[in-house]
Amino acid sequence: MAEITMPKLSDTMTEGTLVKWKKKVGDRVESGEVIAEVETDKATMEMESFEDGVLTEIYIQEGQKVEIGQRIARIGDAGETPPSAAPATKAPTSAPVTPAPTAESSRPASGANRVKASPLAKKIAVQRGVDLGKVTGSGPGGRIVQRDVLNANPSSPTAASPRTAPAPMTAPVPAASGDTPPSSPPTATHGDKRILLTGMRRTIAARLLASKTQIPHFYLHIEVNAGPMMRVRAELNSALESDGIKFSVNDLILKATVAAVSRHPKVNASFDGDAVIEYEKINLAVAVAVEDGLVTPVIRDARSKSLTEISAAIKDLAARARSKKLKPEEFQGGTLTVSNLGGYGIDHFDAIINPPQSIILSIGRVMKKPIVNERDEVVAGECLNLGLSCDHRVVDGAIGAAFLGTLRRMIECPAAMLA
Amino acid sequence: MHYDLLVIGGGPAGYVGAIRAAQLGKKVGCVEMDRAGGTCLNWGCIPTKSLLRNAELYHLLTHRAAEFGFKFNDLSFDWEKIIGRSRTVSQKLAGGIEFLFKKNKIDYLVGEGVFNDEKTVTVTKRDGKTELHTADKFLVATGTVTRQLPDLPIDGEIVVGSKQAMVLKKQPKSIIILGAGAIGVEFAYFFNAFGTKVTLIEMLPRILPVEDEEVSAVLERSYKKSGIDVRTGTKVVSQKLSTTGVEVKLENGDSVAAEVLLVAIGVSPVLPKGLKLELERGYIKTGPRYETNIPNVYAAGDIIGPPWLAHVASWEAIQAVEGMFAGHTPKKIEVFPGCTYCQPQVASVGLTERAAKEKGLKYKIGKFPFSASGKALAVGESDGFVKLIIGEPNGEILGAHIIGAEATELIAELGLAITLEATHEEIEATIHAHPTMSEAVHEANGAAFGTAIHI
Repeated sequence: MAEITMPKLSDTMTEGTLVKWKKKVGDRVESGEVIAEVETDKATMEMESFEDGVLTEIYIQEGQKVEIGQRIARIGDAGETPPSAAPATKAPTSAPVTPAPTAESSRPASGANRVKASPLAKKIAVQRGVDLGKVTGSGPGGRIVQRDVLNANPSSPTAASPRTAPAPMTAPVPAASGDTPPSSPPTATHGDKRILLTGMRRTIAARLLASKTQIPHFYLHIEVNAGPMMRVRAELNSALESDGIKFSVNDLILKATVAAVSRHPKVNASFDGDAVIEYEKINLAVAVAVEDGLVTPVIRDARSKSLTEISAAIKDLAARARSKKLKPEEFQGGTLTVSNLGGYGIDHFDAIINPPQSIILSIGRVMKKPIVNERDEVVAGECLNLGLSCDHRVVDGAIGAAFLGTLRRMIECPAAMLA
Repeated sequence: MHYDLLVIGGGPAGYVGAIRAAQLGKKVGCVEMDRAGGTCLNWGCIPTKSLLRNAELYHLLTHRAAEFGFKFNDLSFDWEKIIGRSRTVSQKLAGGIEFLFKKNKIDYLVGEGVFNDEKTVTVTKRDGKTELHTADKFLVATGTVTRQLPDLPIDGEIVVGSKQAMVLKKQPKSIIILGAGAIGVEFAYFFNAFGTKVTLIEMLPRILPVEDEEVSAVLERSYKKSGIDVRTGTKVVSQKLSTTGVEVKLENGDSVAAEVLLVAIGVSPVLPKGLKLELERGYIKTGPRYETNIPNVYAAGDIIGPPWLAHVASWEAIQAVEGMFAGHTPKKIEVFPGCTYCQPQVASVGLTERAAKEKGLKYKIGKFPFSASGKALAVGESDGFVKLIIGEPNGEILGAHIIGAEATELIAELGLAITLEATHEEIEATIHAHPTMSEAVHEANGAAFGTAIHI
């Protein structure tokens, strides 16, 4: 049994907002499983459990902001009964910060529920009917200041300052066609905001528009049985725990991808006008959501790297990507990309190819589903949807299918990765 | 030597940026041509405050001795010692910064730094020896110098800039000061207090043109009363050396002569040599992270343009360095106090009333004169007022303008109020100690809503 506290997820973090509980009271939790999403001063991050057991109590509600070290949940033994008969609907032990937009609600409460906001911000919040509990502050120490309230949309239940909204892995591309002019935007009203593009957003817009309009995409999907891979992961993590090694689901998928690409060099290629370039090395780009966008740092020569090395490389690259400390050469030169939205609860999706690459893998979440086993029985299984977006100029349907088939084999029979 | 950060310039931007980077565990070098502390500490803020203190005391004793009950038979002053005290203060503080460099293990590189390329700097020491240094990142903080008149360059004796004016070997009998910004206005007070005949000439319609109009008007009245010849809205047509000093011809046909001409018409950038930096109106153009157009070269302080203030420069350098090494998103200057240390002192933060009007903002004015303040009367400093510009309908502090004794100390409260987005209610709710000059801030706040007690 253990009390789970708000972890320090970045160097400068002093408090975190619990964006979403991924587990509810009564759910089984395994070490390494994501139990919640936490928004720090830098980004929204997943919070993994370090305990095995059952989530017996949730102390803070979604949208609530607490300081580091404050308890947020309790994980009990598997046999332990949750303290309430109806755990899912149990009233929270502390008051949730979802006050109605009244003068009372804008006043700072004491203790953990205190909303840090400037006097001016509080006044304007009352006038505009903005719920300060749902506004993310951009002032010193996350304090809500005037501009945050002015940027917040009073009618929206999840008004938040734009820079801290969770960024999608794959940037949405505006629907634009060459012939028809885009429909004019709705007339701006007082509450609307105009956010100038940062350099990163400009790059995302330009590259993905070019990709989606110039590359003939086609999409393949398969659903694989993730059970064997999940078991191997659990075994590895328990066997290597004393070495301080812990693999994420994504680490294993990256390793499996490298193993599959090694067997299908034609997907590790670029279209180059009058030729196709097949790359000798596998430089694996991995999409990482950062504040205000995404970057795709590259694990260089991934074929020669062990699972441990891949895991360490992506951990380091992702951390530095989030703190904007990547060197340009660290996010250039990828030969294919893996984008994983499983952590965001996405079942399956189709990512846009990152040019000049020819494929991008879209990884969904591992979900429990009935599956038919080898004895034709319907049993509970763990499924994973793999999407592959291909540049048809380089990768034909049959080649993409063969690659995905190999990738399925690697995930369903992880021992094959050793070969 | 290879550094994580090499700072070019040891002034309020340079030395502060260097120390902050060292605190973050970086290997830092700081190149300085003259002495650590830059213009502020050696030739600006600090030595002039020393001179002005002498001027205040002397003015009090010569003009108000009877009021305070003092009698003198032969009150006199020693010009050399007045200048000497100011130099001693600067020396002491410059030495203090050199100590801070040592304490923070910063290499203090005395000499001229010239970029060979975007990654290396040659430092030419005073003895002519050169050293080559490389760094991952550079912070350019080279500052500014006095802007000169095109046809009458500074000679250090008859035509002087602020740097020379503060070390004049003997007191001039008369001085013409061109420009009534903070520098011109402070020197006007200083020289006038010791009996030099001062003519203060300003092209714009009022002295301290960046301050609130009411403040300028009160100061101008006070200056005229104390004998300074203030000529606002006055253009100079020509200036030339004469046998007794200088002669300045004005647009209205007048001509003014004096022993010394102090040029205080602004500053010129000191650009670093060897780099093709993109400029904006002559100053280094920087982006939101204080980055220049050249990768890994950043700039902060006076060299990136106005406002040319030491406290702004230091703040910018800290922002830039934390952006480089601490993963912070730097902020650019928004609200900053401005201070002029004449008597009565002038200090302000935020918008002037005119600026608020031009922005189309709705506001209320709260004003309280020091003549109604008990403390001000007790210490014999009843000139001036506090003026607050308070936004409507929310009551945020848009601007604060203070003229009077200790104005430069009183302004901090209002800077904090603006930064914290406090409204008039928080100021109202804050107990201000009695008797203090700061009660005037509380009362000015109340005056806007008819709740001031003492007026």
